[in-house]
Amino acid sequence: MSYETVIGLEVHSELKTKSKIFCGCSTQFGSDQNTNVCPVCLGLPGVLPVINEKVVEFAVRAGLALNCRILPFSKFDRKNYYYPDLPKNFQTSQYDLPIAVDGYLDIEVNGETKRIGITRVHMEEDAGKLVHSGTISNSDYALVDYNRTGVPLIEIVSEPDLRSPEEAKAYLEKMKAILEYLDVSDCKMEEGSLRCDANISLRPVGQEEFGVKSEIKNLNSFRSVQKGLEYEVARQTELLDEGGKVVQETRSWDDAKGITVSLRSKEQAHDYRYFPEPDLVPIMVEESWVEDIRAHLPELPEARKQRLMNEYGLPAYDAGVITASKAMAEYYDATVAKGAEAKVVANWLMSEVSRMLNAEGREVTDCPVSPAHLAGLIALISKGTISGKIAKTVFEEMWSSGKDAESIVKEKGLVQISDEGEIVAIVQAVIAAHPQSVADYRAGKEKAIGFLVGQIMKQTKGRANPELVNRLLKENL
Amino acid sequence: MELYQQTLQSLHDKLLKKDVSAVEITESIFKRVDQVEAQVCSYITPNREAALAQAKAADAKIAGGGTIAPLAGLGGALKDNLCTKGIKTTCASKILAKFVPPYDATVVEKLASQDAVFIGKANMDEFAMGGSTENSGFFPSRNPWDLERVPGGSSGGSAAAVAAGEALWALGSDTGGSIRQPAAYCGLVGLKPTYGRVSRYGLVAYASSLDQIGPITRNVTDCALVMNAISGYDPKDSTSIKAAAPDYTKALSQDVKGLKIGLPREYMGEGIQPEVRQAVLKAVEQLQALGAECREVSLPHTEYALAAYYIIAPAEASSNLARYDGVSFGYRGEGDDIVSMYKKARSQGFGAEVQRRIMLGTYALSSGYYDAYYLKALKVRTLVKQDFDRAFEQVDVLLTPTAPTPAFKIGEMMSDPLTMYLQDVFTIPSNLAGVPAISVPCGFAGGLPLGLQIIGPVLGEEKVIRTAYAFEQCNDYHQRFAPLGEVKS
Repeated sequence: MSYETVIGLEVHSELKTKSKIFCGCSTQFGSDQNTNVCPVCLGLPGVLPVINEKVVEFAVRAGLALNCRILPFSKFDRKNYYYPDLPKNFQTSQYDLPIAVDGYLDIEVNGETKRIGITRVHMEEDAGKLVHSGTISNSDYALVDYNRTGVPLIEIVSEPDLRSPEEAKAYLEKMKAILEYLDVSDCKMEEGSLRCDANISLRPVGQEEFGVKSEIKNLNSFRSVQKGLEYEVARQTELLDEGGKVVQETRSWDDAKGITVSLRSKEQAHDYRYFPEPDLVPIMVEESWVEDIRAHLPELPEARKQRLMNEYGLPAYDAGVITASKAMAEYYDATVAKGAEAKVVANWLMSEVSRMLNAEGREVTDCPVSPAHLAGLIALISKGTISGKIAKTVFEEMWSSGKDAESIVKEKGLVQISDEGEIVAIVQAVIAAHPQSVADYRAGKEKAIGFLVGQIMKQTKGRANPELVNRLLKENL
Repeated sequence: MELYQQTLQSLHDKLLKKDVSAVEITESIFKRVDQVEAQVCSYITPNREAALAQAKAADAKIAGGGTIAPLAGLGGALKDNLCTKGIKTTCASKILAKFVPPYDATVVEKLASQDAVFIGKANMDEFAMGGSTENSGFFPSRNPWDLERVPGGSSGGSAAAVAAGEALWALGSDTGGSIRQPAAYCGLVGLKPTYGRVSRYGLVAYASSLDQIGPITRNVTDCALVMNAISGYDPKDSTSIKAAAPDYTKALSQDVKGLKIGLPREYMGEGIQPEVRQAVLKAVEQLQALGAECREVSLPHTEYALAAYYIIAPAEASSNLARYDGVSFGYRGEGDDIVSMYKKARSQGFGAEVQRRIMLGTYALSSGYYDAYYLKALKVRTLVKQDFDRAFEQVDVLLTPTAPTPAFKIGEMMSDPLTMYLQDVFTIPSNLAGVPAISVPCGFAGGLPLGLQIIGPVLGEEKVIRTAYAFEQCNDYHQRFAPLGEVKS
């Protein structure tokens, strides 16, 4: 039978406020263990939380960017469960009255735009981290690092509107871009500042009623979101085809083995015993404040993409790739601002720059070639000082040395030879040295010219102006 | 009269006149502690050396001149659920037997900044759950008026200390009557302020939406002085009220002419010992004689308040007390895995009453029961609040007994938690409504003190204090001392 896949995502994003959600401790990632802590985030007896107003502002910002309605009256609740990384053994979260509801997010898959509903955005505190002496299964003990305890999070819950693992990945990428543009989260999946759980079920095509879902946890990268969901589609399809039933359960993605494994069944599901947090007062959000935040929302990926298309005439594809990451878009704008031709910059970013970044696993913010240097390189190409081919060599040199293009070109003598007389002499020498190729060419073998061009380039170490070489060679043949 | 028997106001005057030093006062108190503590058992952790150092510092300040706070150099007891930096704070629980907080509660910080002296950390019912201190994880305290009897609770150690002369004042906490009932049982004044009037930061939570810190003192004047020292907005407590605290001593006036007093019909019914009823009615007459007007009012949902309280308070407690798991502080249970470690810490560290309330609360919040119990209790709470709102449209204050009976015998009610819970029937509604209520001594029955409760509207502490003061001045109950240590003939 053929099935339709139904996916809903729960995205957790750490907010990049300076201090934690309910105390003044720093949220700095990577600090020494248990240094960003105080009685409040350690949950010591007698302490009380005080809401960090910036957290509410960031959550409202996210809610607005996701086209949500901001609730004027919202509150915190306690979610009760025991775990050693949760010092109070309850998480202060929002249950029935979250800060933002009923929004949407547009994604593009295979060139088509699709609108995905956002059920809610709510604020909550993060838990600490367990540090095991060995692996989880063979450790004699575990230690707890409370630095992350109380770091603010927003949880964004989507409607079950996603229909494939690919759509899920596109949704998550778009979400990451929006949160980055809003400057509310670093969205680093590897540092856990962006996390994702997925609910997935299958139903026979045409059936309206949802099938039984499983919840997939531990999807720690964009790749694993797609892989984990693909695995789950296959697993559930096989189960259903064999006449079996999908059980409602929570499963964990094992990235190394490429499978999901059952964590707990519906019967073992926690009863979180939610109730209103008595230590905090309800959050009353003034409409004027919301409108002020709305008015100051930064440019979002969609708008920026349109701007690149309108201002620079970039094709939709290029504009989409560049604006998918705020840092890349900023790098792009900075390079263009230095006078480089817009389309050429786009080509460089999508090819050489991306290739090198991926190869070294770097972020564009950490790119050793600055926008000014890249613009300088592009200027040398457009002035004809170097060829496009040489430019790639120069770029690699710039990457490793951090120097600008001009000094590298000078130091290495890479200036393009555009002197006709100089090139003609080499052309004639090459023609004289390779009579067979010349004969082949004259006999109609067009390809033979490529060999001759190669020889000329070899002799000039690639510095000869390729256009001149082609013209002069043809003239002399 | 010994120094330890005197009022805060008179001792403050003597300190200013340099007739006496803070060290002398503190030494007098500790001498009394040495005399009677073995019988009364008020303190879990006496604070002798640090207290004497505080007294010395206060003396130095007095010698240097300048402004001397009304509580400077005057020693009091802190209920052991108030966090004190560097001093054990146990909540009378084995689970926190060795817990030393790294910070001070806001009230402690405020008192210290006013050079008050801390005599010790007072005994209580474990985590403030109980009305007799018999639920202390360490030992019960005794009533200085009759050592066979309980001092009340849960702030029983605080009340016993003041009544026995082991402290000049005390702080307690009141979730369902835990300041007022022990004050009544020990012949003292106890005030539960409006919810949010005094910061809860550093008060180890029992039921967050009901807990409030307040004074236990020998008379209403001392109560006003302690209230002045501890009240006010605290940015560390989101539920604290953003309003400046008035000078409560300004309310110490006998002028109650035209004051409208309400007598709630539902508080004078069955179960009240006749002497208690008579004492309340006599108080009404005395206030009427001063010019107050009295009428009967109705708080129709009173009978449901107790049931609502025993859902809401345990529900919050089940969550508040979840942190005692032995992971990073407190009693550690040894086990092969995390679950057995949790179970041991909590079954060995908590006493029976605490475990009972955690189970009650966990049940009440469980999925499938939430609507029937917790949500319904919240609705009752709203109705109880509305009862008070309506009553205070007609009258200024309400007069009721604080407790249906005087102090009961140690052990008398331990086998019957329900009867014990009924002792709180008159005090619980004001916690649910968040309104202020005071207990003042209003007579004796069989040599045991009785308490009159005066309840006011939200932020109506001044009305309550004024009524209490006017009544107090008509009698000499507040000048009597427990016959402790006197040779019985």
